[in-house]
Amino acid sequence: MAETTTYQVIGTRPIRHDGVDKVTGRAIYGADVQMAGLLHGKVLRSPHAHARIRSIDVSRALALPGVKAVVTSADLPPAEDRTIQLGEGAVNLKYLSNNILAGDKVLYKGHPVAAVAATSPHLAEEALALIHVDYEVLPPVLDVREAMQDSAPLLLENLKTKSLGQETDKVSNVATHTQFKSGDVDKGFQQADVVIEREFTTATVHQGYIEPHNATALWNPDGQLTIWESTQGAFTVQRQLAPVLGISVAQIRVIPAEIGGGFGGKINLYLEPIAAVLSKKTGHPVKVLMNRAEVFESTGPTPGSYIRVKMGATKDGRLAAAQAYMAYEAGGYPGSPIGAGMMCIFTPYDIPNVLIDGFDVVVNKPKTAPYRAPGATNAAFAAETVVDELCEKLGLDPLQFRLRNAATEGTRRPDGPTHPRIGYLETVQAALDSDHYRTPLEGPNVGRGVASGYWFNVGLQSSVSINVNADGSVTLVEGSTDIGGTRASIAMQAAEVLGLKAEEVRPIVADTASVGYNDVTGGSRTTFASGYAAIEAARDVVRQMTERAARIWKVEPPEVTFANGVFHHTNAADQRLTFKEVAAQLGRTGGPVTGRATVAPRGVGGAFATHIVDLHVDPETGKVTILRYTAVQDVGKAIHPSYVEGQMQGGAVQGIGWALNEEYFYSNTGVMANASFLDYRMPTSLDLPMIDTILVEVPNPGHPFGVRGVGEVPIVPPVAAIANAIYKAVGVRLRHSPMSPGRVMAEILAQGK
Amino acid sequence: MPTKVYVQTRLNGEEVEFLCEPRQSLLEVLRDVLGLTGSKEGCNNGNCGACSVLLDGVLVNSCCVLGVEASGHEVTTIEGIASPDGLHPLQQKFLEHAALQCGICTPGFIVAAKALLDKHPHPTEHQVRYWLAGNLCRCTGYDKIIRAVLDAAQTTEAKV
Amino acid sequence: MQAFDYAAVRSVDEAVSLLAQHGDQARPLAGGTDIIVAVREGRRRVAMLVDIKGIPEVNQLSYDPAQGLTLGAAVPCYRIYEHQEIAATYPGLIDAVSLVGGTAIQGRASVGGNLCNASPAADTTPALIVHGAMCVIAGPNGRREIPAEQFCTGPGRTALQNGEFLVALRMPSPPPHFGAQYLRFIPRNEMDIAVVGVGASVVLNSDHSAFVSGRVALGAVAPTPLLVETAAAALAGKLASDETIQQAAEAAQAAARPIDDMRGTAQYRRHLVGVLTRRALRGAIQRAKER
Repeated sequence: MAETTTYQVIGTRPIRHDGVDKVTGRAIYGADVQMAGLLHGKVLRSPHAHARIRSIDVSRALALPGVKAVVTSADLPPAEDRTIQLGEGAVNLKYLSNNILAGDKVLYKGHPVAAVAATSPHLAEEALALIHVDYEVLPPVLDVREAMQDSAPLLLENLKTKSLGQETDKVSNVATHTQFKSGDVDKGFQQADVVIEREFTTATVHQGYIEPHNATALWNPDGQLTIWESTQGAFTVQRQLAPVLGISVAQIRVIPAEIGGGFGGKINLYLEPIAAVLSKKTGHPVKVLMNRAEVFESTGPTPGSYIRVKMGATKDGRLAAAQAYMAYEAGGYPGSPIGAGMMCIFTPYDIPNVLIDGFDVVVNKPKTAPYRAPGATNAAFAAETVVDELCEKLGLDPLQFRLRNAATEGTRRPDGPTHPRIGYLETVQAALDSDHYRTPLEGPNVGRGVASGYWFNVGLQSSVSINVNADGSVTLVEGSTDIGGTRASIAMQAAEVLGLKAEEVRPIVADTASVGYNDVTGGSRTTFASGYAAIEAARDVVRQMTERAARIWKVEPPEVTFANGVFHHTNAADQRLTFKEVAAQLGRTGGPVTGRATVAPRGVGGAFATHIVDLHVDPETGKVTILRYTAVQDVGKAIHPSYVEGQMQGGAVQGIGWALNEEYFYSNTGVMANASFLDYRMPTSLDLPMIDTILVEVPNPGHPFGVRGVGEVPIVPPVAAIANAIYKAVGVRLRHSPMSPGRVMAEILAQGK
Repeated sequence: MPTKVYVQTRLNGEEVEFLCEPRQSLLEVLRDVLGLTGSKEGCNNGNCGACSVLLDGVLVNSCCVLGVEASGHEVTTIEGIASPDGLHPLQQKFLEHAALQCGICTPGFIVAAKALLDKHPHPTEHQVRYWLAGNLCRCTGYDKIIRAVLDAAQTTEAKV
Repeated sequence: MQAFDYAAVRSVDEAVSLLAQHGDQARPLAGGTDIIVAVREGRRRVAMLVDIKGIPEVNQLSYDPAQGLTLGAAVPCYRIYEHQEIAATYPGLIDAVSLVGGTAIQGRASVGGNLCNASPAADTTPALIVHGAMCVIAGPNGRREIPAEQFCTGPGRTALQNGEFLVALRMPSPPPHFGAQYLRFIPRNEMDIAVVGVGASVVLNSDHSAFVSGRVALGAVAPTPLLVETAAAALAGKLASDETIQQAAEAAQAAARPIDDMRGTAQYRRHLVGVLTRRALRGAIQRAKER
């Protein structure tokens, strides 16, 4: 599609279709679901980070008036030790089932052990205290490097390391060792004039969505199970739930409610199977909610990590070699995003010699789940800080350095594929040209930092159908839960094809029984892939409507063209029919018109971001104040610019929180000390300035309108950008995140400032 | 079984009555007893503002108020912000500025911002940020929310 | 949450009677922002909450130059900073009450409740101490008053005896050339518990060249908020100079008994005591000059 195309709807900023419901409090989120006879479920969770379960006695809980059922892992079928594909990653069923309700071991404080259904949430909570679990407490391991030692306590006695693609016999906490290699790093470092090697550690961080997890289940006597919940993927829930419960997908209907944030954390199963078996046992619908402490302790934060990065450059500023050793904490079961981190760490650059070793390691912390560009923020913190040091040693401006070394179309990524048309260079140039970068920053204890980041984005599968209404409006049925305005961006793409206004396309997010298969809302795929499906479904509508216009004119379809909402007769220039006029005659011309499409688009465009931050460091307290922030990103084609800006701003601020204050504080027995929004410190409105955005549009040739996924990459650069700015402000380099005031102050004092 | 207390109060301009246990928060009463699910639970300990309501016109976290304490008072929730004539300017500006992504924090922000504009009709950006510091948003980074509130303050209708 | 009974009382005597009857199983309820959360999270167990907000005396908020400030124990923070005359007369108190928890918390939370919750990190207590506040207590044996610095006896513990509750706080009218400031250090800009809190007040001589007297009180660096007598001694009668300020700051640092916890290390807290004491004293001096 030509970059100079003028669009009617694409690029405008209509009010989102679900907006009024959301600003009036009418929108139904998962916890808002109500129905007759509802019981309330609560989960009993392990107080120990590592223990064997000797026995569970539920008799006293069952005897409490108002308690209708108690379940444990005995109420789930025995879990099979096999892997199922979920689209964005695979999952081992045994680990998934054991994470939902513990089998013979608990592997983190908060690991579910049993659950209760009662007539009120307060009664359910009282019943938990009456369940007696006999634990054999085991020593926990809480640090990734400690867990890799041969002497470390073992979490999963059957876990054998898979090393470089081969199964081994080594039982350890290291689940996998993966390697990407190109060229010869030893030769590369010898050619380099400057080599920097640094170590980094990052603490566990949570997605921090404001809405806790929820699930309501009704297991009918006919074996039909219905789930209402806030989820990023109704079909993905269905696919996991079937094997975990030992029933067929056909028996399960998942009805997604509105969702209060996910960022990757609301994909895996947590409460659904528990609600389901409680419903089966009681014959009632059962609603189970998490409270905030449970969200922190028992869902899927992102890994703490240890990363060592070595990079070498020649004195003319060309990168010669890059090497990384990356160890990510997976939590209680394998499956950290180490692979994704490895795919992103050096990918903004064209480097001839690269060696990356990555380790997925289990520790006694909750099983990690994706968090917005999972694994990439940790990686960029390390690499982009080392790049900054290289630039300092070489006397080069950090953005000029990036121009000199930027990956472009055709550059080979460290994990193998070559880049298609990408916009990284353009983001760096836009950053250089920005008002922010051109404005001098003056004053004591202030500094400016830059950093870049990459996220590959995914495509996966989407299905859309479009029904034409008699008044010429259309209903668009899609299956991507709307976390950030995608109803609008999907509807706008259909509207563009149909020549309709955005308001004339009514999108609904449908359940698993009402729409074709859709993969998760995640992976920065929704506007791209579900939008692609909407475009194709709209084209199907146009094809059918063209036939109807032809029928009305009694000509053949090839003699009818459609543009800007109007059908034209190629042989009679004065003849025209609007979409609405044809829509009014559907009944007489052959019946209803429904367009449909299912897609699995391959032309995914990767995303690059370059961020600039100005900050002040109070040299007496170590406190960092963000003064100015600009997020530059290649967005392909911004369908609804406000929501693209929103993704950039939201991701940047999550990164700022990650950089400055967010971390899990663990006691030495593996108990999280700050499982609350009081001490898990996410940025408030008072902690931030406005977040400026620069949208660079390098269209993705793999999408009809040039869309690239935009949602994830904004969280990748901020931690490194802030680390680099702190260095400029007060001359200390921090290599642990978060760079909280106490740590900054300790570095300042150590430097004798 | 714990005994329930009979409570009468004014809710969004109407007299209402309900039964609740003393341990049920106003938030629980609104959501589970009265069916008004617009106020949300995000943390249940006064740290996120998703449950914001007005009590006698004063901004409070309904998770930190007991249902029984509402007796004889006036409660305003998100459901009472729009009027039969249409959306409140804050609601309209939130939509125009795309000041919501997932929307879970939005009811709390709108109630809190209404309390701000009722007291300070022409706040500075700093005043807005300070007032709203108790409302957490994880999606937007606050930029568009602040712009929407400042824009709503410009609208003369915001003074109702 | 555990079940409990609720009783709304209308007089001090009613409150005292119920509290005496139930002992430590009953707690007074004012704003509720601490106690409701504590009961919900299982950190406190109660059989009854006695809602004192119906007692006129605990809602009283008044100032006159002779009596000073009378602050009912249940008065929410927002009423204090919205009271123009009180806000202008006691800016050092306003510093603290506008920091407590955020706007919605300030809609309910009271200074009295903040004091009675007896967190070592309470924001309003150091401000009360440096203003010379007195605690008005009612109980089965009648009334008594103790200075604010004696009210907290340990983390979560107060000097209240069985059946007693805090009715009001009284603060004297500020003398001429008086200034006070409360500063706290938190990692964000709001919503955090103080890592360190410092209240400072000074009385300057008529030409502002020297201290007549001063008070420094610390929060979050000892089991209770701390009045630092040695800092007061370092200020009394001395020149209002950087050297004197530094001596007071060092006295405060020496008096602090901070611990390591997830909000800060002891070493960092001790460092911050010095920084904030200097800053709060300078702020107090500036306000004293402006009065």
